[in-house]
Amino acid sequence: MSIYLPIAELSVNILIILGMGAAVGFLSGMFGVGGGFLITPLLIFYNIPPVVAVATGANQVVASSISGAITHFRRGTIDIKLGTVLLCGGLAGATVGVWLFSLLRRVGQLDLVISLLYVVLLGSVGSLMLWESVRAMRKAANNQATPLRRPGQHNWVHRLPLKMRFKKSKIYLSVIPVATLGFCIGILTSVMGVGGGFIMVPAMIYLLRIPTNVVVGTSLFQIIFVSAYTVIVQASTNYTVDIVLAFVLMIAGVIGAQYGVRVGQKLRGEQLRALLALLVLAVGIRLAIELVIPPKDVYSVVSAGFGF
Amino acid sequence: MLRLARIVLAVTTFAFTAPAFAQLQDENANDFTEKLEIGISTDEIAITSDFRGADLTIFGAVDGFDPNLLAQGKYNIIVSLEGPKDNATVRKKERVFGIWVNTSSMTFELVPESYSLSSTRDIETIAPPGEMGNMGIGVDHMRLVPLGFVGDGSNLGEFRNAFRRIRETSGVYERDPGGVQFISSSLFKASVRLPANVPNGVHVVRAYLFRDGTFVAAKALPLRVVKTGVEQVITQTAHEQPFFYGLFAVLLAVITGWGASLLFRKD
Repeated sequence: MSIYLPIAELSVNILIILGMGAAVGFLSGMFGVGGGFLITPLLIFYNIPPVVAVATGANQVVASSISGAITHFRRGTIDIKLGTVLLCGGLAGATVGVWLFSLLRRVGQLDLVISLLYVVLLGSVGSLMLWESVRAMRKAANNQATPLRRPGQHNWVHRLPLKMRFKKSKIYLSVIPVATLGFCIGILTSVMGVGGGFIMVPAMIYLLRIPTNVVVGTSLFQIIFVSAYTVIVQASTNYTVDIVLAFVLMIAGVIGAQYGVRVGQKLRGEQLRALLALLVLAVGIRLAIELVIPPKDVYSVVSAGFGF
Repeated sequence: MLRLARIVLAVTTFAFTAPAFAQLQDENANDFTEKLEIGISTDEIAITSDFRGADLTIFGAVDGFDPNLLAQGKYNIIVSLEGPKDNATVRKKERVFGIWVNTSSMTFELVPESYSLSSTRDIETIAPPGEMGNMGIGVDHMRLVPLGFVGDGSNLGEFRNAFRRIRETSGVYERDPGGVQFISSSLFKASVRLPANVPNGVHVVRAYLFRDGTFVAAKALPLRVVKTGVEQVITQTAHEQPFFYGLFAVLLAVITGWGASLLFRKD
């Protein structure tokens, strides 16, 4: 059964798109991530023009983050103030990112930069997470406590000026690293079509030492707004948001996510992190291989309408 | 499953009036007696949500032919369906520090985005390559003019070949050296194909008549490929009201996400 995508201007098999959405939704529900880092490469593998994949991926991230954020909001595990500071940085980053996106597209290096960013980020975040979770699993096996956050232990981040009190997180922290983190994630959102949760969550825990209970909710809060902003900016400047593709992905994604959450609840935290780390690493390695092995064809053709 | 929208087009021998292509119809301003007419029943193809490409049948007639030459099979017909033209950039990857990077590129000016060629026999045997090259018939003879500075032009050939090869393997450029058949002494039928990832816009059906290796007459008809219904509304909105389109896309995501969390809420 095929469906015509009006913006991507091609016919695709709706079952494959539904399957992709459901699989990514399942994983995102299971691990509590937006899934943008999976959906964008998958769409590109399926011949969707990268420009459309990135912009549409951001739209799908909005839908999958909303239901997660609502749950966290009900539980009261969102630090709105912290989220807003992140968001300010994020919006600035997304603006720079869209500009960077258009620039890279013009010089023909967008696919390379997207792949390199994915390889570097997924590779490093994946290895760090895997290392940490394996250590945690070992300790759990030896019946030792696993302190994720070590209070009193401060790093250079906590010596920066412009400090602000974040009541819900119970921390006193400079706004500079928070806004910078938001800014960097914002760039990634618009260049790579990812929410950035897979980088933001570890950075908030390990770098900013924000309590784990508010981290996921707060990052989702910021992801919703930055992705929504990216969708609107991409739609306005590049006309590359395919609403039909996005809607099919969303529907499958949110349903898949519900089942993912149920499976996720049966697993322990460190097991989940180890699995997510493996998944992140696998995507990273897959893209790295593509960069290193000789391509099937060293030539590629793009027409002016949908170049990247 | 692979149901193709088959557009059967009427047999017509009367002349079409297409002002934009009038100059092409007058190409045969010489003393040949033969006249070429082609017809299609529609000048518009609609892309619907289940569009999977279309096979197009074009009917035509040769008038004023020489029966002896016809009996000897000296008349040959080539029919092409050319998509809208756009600049196309060919990029070449090279290994830089172990990874494959696009290092050089060449942009060709206004090349058709799709091209389907059908003929009575292999076009290389219809007329000498020089003639085909002059007329730009066939993928191998298509005019590929590089845009901007190309250095000494030594790599022009490799980029042109790469362009042709990629477009052919991806199926947007096709040829069928048997796609044109005479159904009576002067009436012929040609089938050309619109690929599934067909570009929107004005496509041109061109027919060429050759007599014993010499070009005699040509005819061109426009064929508009348009999105209809929802697809058309979406494209139009995306380009004319991009901000509200983006806003609507976000709203749709919010409703979907929210709806799912209400629907699956565990009480």
